[in-house]
Amino acid sequence: MSKNPEFVKFDKVDKSYDGKVLVVKDLQLDIAEGEFITMLGPSGSGKTTCLMMLAGFETPTHGEILLDGNIISNIPPHKRGIGMVFQNYALFPHMTVYENLAFPLRVRKVEKDEIDKKVDKALSMVSLSGFETRMPAQLSGGQQQRVAVARALVFDPAVVLMDEPLGALDKNLRESMQYEIKHIHESIGVTVVYVTHDQSEALTMSNRIAVFNDGKVQQLSSPAELYEKPVNSFVAEFIGENNTFNGEVSDISGDKCKVKLSNAEILSNAISVKSKGEKTTVSLRPERALIEPSEKMDNIFSGKIEEVIYHGDHTRVRVNLLSNPEFILKVPNSTSNLELKLGQEIKIGWNSYDARALDPK
Amino acid sequence: MSSETKQILTTDGIPLEVSLKKAEKKNKIKAFLLVAPLLLFLFITYVFPIGEMFTRSVDDKMITNMLPKTFKAMEKWDGKELPPEDVFTGFYLDYKVLIENQTQGKLGQRLNKEKNGFNSITKKLMRQIKRNKIDESQSIKEQIMKVHKRWRDVEYWQAIKRTAPPYTMAKYLKGMDMYFAADGSIAQVDEDRRIHRILWLRTLEIALFVTVFCFLMGYPIAHLLATLPMKYSNLLMICVLLPFWTSLLVRTASWMILLQQQGVVNDFFVMIGLVGDDNRPEMMYNKVGTYVAMTQILLPFMVLPLYSVMKTISPSLMRAGKSLGGTPFVAFWKVYFPLTIPGIGAGCLLVFILAIGYYITPALVGGASGTLISNQIAYHMKTTLDWSFASAMGLMLLSGVLVIYWIYNKLVGVDNIKLG
Repeated sequence: MSKNPEFVKFDKVDKSYDGKVLVVKDLQLDIAEGEFITMLGPSGSGKTTCLMMLAGFETPTHGEILLDGNIISNIPPHKRGIGMVFQNYALFPHMTVYENLAFPLRVRKVEKDEIDKKVDKALSMVSLSGFETRMPAQLSGGQQQRVAVARALVFDPAVVLMDEPLGALDKNLRESMQYEIKHIHESIGVTVVYVTHDQSEALTMSNRIAVFNDGKVQQLSSPAELYEKPVNSFVAEFIGENNTFNGEVSDISGDKCKVKLSNAEILSNAISVKSKGEKTTVSLRPERALIEPSEKMDNIFSGKIEEVIYHGDHTRVRVNLLSNPEFILKVPNSTSNLELKLGQEIKIGWNSYDARALDPK
Repeated sequence: MSSETKQILTTDGIPLEVSLKKAEKKNKIKAFLLVAPLLLFLFITYVFPIGEMFTRSVDDKMITNMLPKTFKAMEKWDGKELPPEDVFTGFYLDYKVLIENQTQGKLGQRLNKEKNGFNSITKKLMRQIKRNKIDESQSIKEQIMKVHKRWRDVEYWQAIKRTAPPYTMAKYLKGMDMYFAADGSIAQVDEDRRIHRILWLRTLEIALFVTVFCFLMGYPIAHLLATLPMKYSNLLMICVLLPFWTSLLVRTASWMILLQQQGVVNDFFVMIGLVGDDNRPEMMYNKVGTYVAMTQILLPFMVLPLYSVMKTISPSLMRAGKSLGGTPFVAFWKVYFPLTIPGIGAGCLLVFILAIGYYITPALVGGASGTLISNQIAYHMKTTLDWSFASAMGLMLLSGVLVIYWIYNKLVGVDNIKLG
């Protein structure tokens, strides 16, 4: 069976609640069958609206949403066959775990034996066998979340939507649930559309991530590409940590450019700059800059240590570099570590292909 | 490890345990003193009056105290034939005392209630005694029997015997249109004189229908209140609560203005041509008026508990129901509705209990059909001054409510009630 690369398709979708402001602008998004795609963005960026339109609780103002080639904009939610996991679990508090899971099957008039079998399977999938007769209130937050996941999957939906499902859990539980959901996805191969504002969650779980801002998808790519190769300043800033220099392009040749800062010139990858004189923001990941580099690097400058914070596996060093007092370095902690002292002048170097000249902030 | 635990002492050498208990006791006394005024208030205004009502409703001591010698002598009488001489003597002596104290009239009235015709024969006997026509050296039985032929009727003496116990359930029987027959068995009042049973049924019917109407109208309002954005829901809430701020009489009076035959509603119906001018429907002085006015007045008591329960139901539950494949109706019926049952229970119980004891509104807008049990209670309190009967009916109403509460508890469970 070949996978449909356009299993879910947002085709030029606009959404406005008040007729004045577009919350979602001209959204074009294809989701492949069996894919785990995450919509990531700050609150108010339109990601939850997209999810609600897909679930059928909101209708697009313009454009169409297609599921497996069929337009679904006019199909009510209960006929879409899309499973959904809600932020606050939305388990039915007056039903047992079994009844919660049986609900989608009962409304589909599935035979009793079949229901028992499917509920059993779904519960063992989230390792909650034996919890059938419990009420949701008797379960911990993590268990409730697992029941919610099982309930969204028990009727074999084509697509499962998850709306910040882990938002209410504590950090450790959230991390273990991330892996669990990822494994469930891998084992049953269902298409998952996941909404979160937590970037580490998105990076851990997804095949692809759509970064939303201001009603638009800023970048749609795999987690690694998103982190390594952000296409604009917003994505660079939103995903992971980021050091920036604002300057002006002084020279450009091929994919390399020189950016003139107030007191220096740095070499960088030209990503969204085209010509000399353009304003730009250069982005550099903290772990790509090295202290006292031993190898040859094409950007080496010296700066003064402003702050040293011990983080266990690494040390964060804040340096005043090229009149940017917020330049962050991540130094792995090892026995051969240099002594880092406040006020010390150190040399810092990075390769030009790690620095990306993006649109100005 | 040693199993001994060293006693922990406070700095002044008192065991910590004792010291803690002492401090706790102080707090408990303080807490009790804080609620004491309320407890006292409840006792004085609630427990005590109900107890008083109960004793009053079964109290029949007056006549027991009036005829001590008679009842003493009657103990040996089997009640089948005319009583022996000593009963007549006892009655004569008791009655003489009453005449001296000028309380003989009360006895006549009391006995007359037990059996018609007593009033005149006791008065006749009184006149004979006052004129000293009774010769105490002769047989008193013979002389009393000569006063009136009814004194020779055994039924009248049986009636006196029935009043002997200091307590009686007669008032309760009367409330159910029953009475103690001459032979002491319980009998039904003649069919054309059964008024109380009709009233009980009517009271139940009106309370039941008002509850149903309140539920049907209150449920959607409460749902709207719980789901609307704040600024609209506040306004709607004020509209719901507005009746609370207006006097009950004013509201009832405005319903009278609206519903009467020449009233606003009828004028409107005529204006839009729904009914002819000469054919205006009667919406007042019948059950329609009672239902309309009482439903409006009791609606907030349904809306508020429903609202407070609905407010806690997350809107994502309905969404979950729909996304899992339930039609909007299934999602409502299987998910939303069961979650509102605690509110429904609280609201219905509240409205029903209030409606069952309602009395001003039905009396004003209900016309002849507006007489309910509470009106009857008020009537006996104020007009006939038969307080013991009023108390008996009040207690019957109270026990009826308790029975309903018990049934409700069996069906839904009182723990499930949510008032807010």
